[in-house]
Amino acid sequence: MIICTDNNRSTAQPYILADEDRAEIAHHIHHYDDARAASIDALKVIQRRHGWVPDGAIQPVADLLGISAADLEGVATFYSLIFRKPVGRNVIKICDSIACHLTDYQVVQQAIEQQLGVGLGQTTQDDRYTLLPICCLGACDKAPVLMINDNTHFNVTPEQVPALLEAYK
Amino acid sequence: MTNSISAKLGDTKPLTYRVVENQPLVDLKQYEAQDGYLALRKVFAGMSPADVQGEVKNANLRGRGGAGFPAGIKWSLIPMGPDAGDKYLVCNADEMEPGTFKDRLLMEYLPHQLVEAMIIAAFAIQAKRAYIFLRGEYVLAAKNLNEAIAQAEAAGYLGSNILGSGWNLDLHVHTGAGRYICGEETALINSLEGRRANPRAKPPFPQIAGLWGRPTIVNNVETLCCIPHIINRGAEWFKALSQGKSTDAGTKIYGVSGKVKKPGLWELPIGTTAREIIEEHAGGMKEGLRLKAWLPGGASTDFLTPDHLDLAMDFDTIMKAGSRMGTGLIMVVDHTQSMVSAVRNLEEFFARESCGWCTPCRDGLPWSVKMLRALERGEGKPEYLNILQQLTRQLGPGKTFCAHAPGAMEPLQSALKYFRSEFEQGIAPATAAAHG
Repeated sequence: MIICTDNNRSTAQPYILADEDRAEIAHHIHHYDDARAASIDALKVIQRRHGWVPDGAIQPVADLLGISAADLEGVATFYSLIFRKPVGRNVIKICDSIACHLTDYQVVQQAIEQQLGVGLGQTTQDDRYTLLPICCLGACDKAPVLMINDNTHFNVTPEQVPALLEAYK
Repeated sequence: MTNSISAKLGDTKPLTYRVVENQPLVDLKQYEAQDGYLALRKVFAGMSPADVQGEVKNANLRGRGGAGFPAGIKWSLIPMGPDAGDKYLVCNADEMEPGTFKDRLLMEYLPHQLVEAMIIAAFAIQAKRAYIFLRGEYVLAAKNLNEAIAQAEAAGYLGSNILGSGWNLDLHVHTGAGRYICGEETALINSLEGRRANPRAKPPFPQIAGLWGRPTIVNNVETLCCIPHIINRGAEWFKALSQGKSTDAGTKIYGVSGKVKKPGLWELPIGTTAREIIEEHAGGMKEGLRLKAWLPGGASTDFLTPDHLDLAMDFDTIMKAGSRMGTGLIMVVDHTQSMVSAVRNLEEFFARESCGWCTPCRDGLPWSVKMLRALERGEGKPEYLNILQQLTRQLGPGKTFCAHAPGAMEPLQSALKYFRSEFEQGIAPATAAAHG
């Protein structure tokens, strides 16, 4: 079990923004009357490439948006679904809000934690999974609910957990 | 034109009569075949922005995002006329109020209905651009809305010279990256501008100075979705939908979650009683369980008890009972569940989701969580109940920029009111005795 470490956060190498990413960010910017409005879109572009937003990416992306690196860092660290530390290949987001509380999400969380040997906010040693809590996923009639990457899973039971996790390599 | 509206169910369930389970209606032709874009055509066939605003105002459409502010009044505060400059329409589709899952249905299953509604609303306020602020986790809603927008553009309903009127509109889906606070109107605007989602001081209200400092209207998904139907069938029809049940107008998408037999969503006349919603539509509590308490419309509403079940679920009735209808999606607590645990879960949520801008919220919420956790373990100190009671005032309305902290206090204050003994039982025996 490893709590997200700083091992991958080398700043020795300058970050090279990929041409496709630069073009995609430019495309996002044109939807707004002010370039910085594309901050979250731009951070998502970077995150799609690396799984997270490496330190080195902040300055070149901020330059594209016409804001300071500190400004963009302020945005990046505010939003829970922008990751400023490395995460596993698969990010499990388990809803722990009241509707899932009232339908016993805790036993699902326990089953996941037992199987993976990690707790909330942690990544498995093989970098396969990161487990995070998330705000109500808006499917409370099918609670407990969780997301793995972009997929939402409904009415999850502890018994389903092994097969569910196995599907994500 | 209204004669061509055939669907019978559309008369009583306008928002959802076209919803077929597991079959999202994304195809424009199919939507058109079911009276889709009829209201938009009616608007461009001769209605002025003032006509549209007037019809919505007469319909007494109150905001379905939780606050219940009349949409027509909100619109009427926006500057109109040739000197008004750039204006924006924003749809609040950041559905994160715990227990709420209605906008997901509307966007996944009927994306064109929202697109049509937004074109009409944008025309009514003469916005130059419209945004749907969608939470990032709603992946299918984003896909279906983007498909619907592309089809609407190709059909001439969106983009330049809409239906030959010479009027233009861009509609863009902006997806968020988490944080409940983004649902707060002014925090949402900051987030849309690419900033941290801290709330703004009001006034000025967004209608005067919103997105990029320009006049902006922010409306909830369900609110907007009522508009094409009001245009098609008229304000009087909309008001008659709830006749005999409520002074509020229209239908409401109600829902129930928690341990009921059939959790789900139902579009019903606004003012339907909580008893009908829970017992008839949701099938009542699961076998062996009794209803102990219920939240009428989200995490930030006060708990009510079984004694309140016969109340009409509308804004004013639930307000008079000491709670708020909020989003209208009910959560039930059964007799085996601990109120202290439920409130601890709620306050943990609010503490985590606080943006940290205002001290009472940033510091008060974690403090409440600390005490609630101790009470949950049976290790609470006797003074905790009084401190919690004080916090409900110190974090109450008027102490912070936005309604996050006051909302967080609603379930706490009502749980202390109705279930005080459960909190008292969480006081550690030794300290309880020591204090006599």
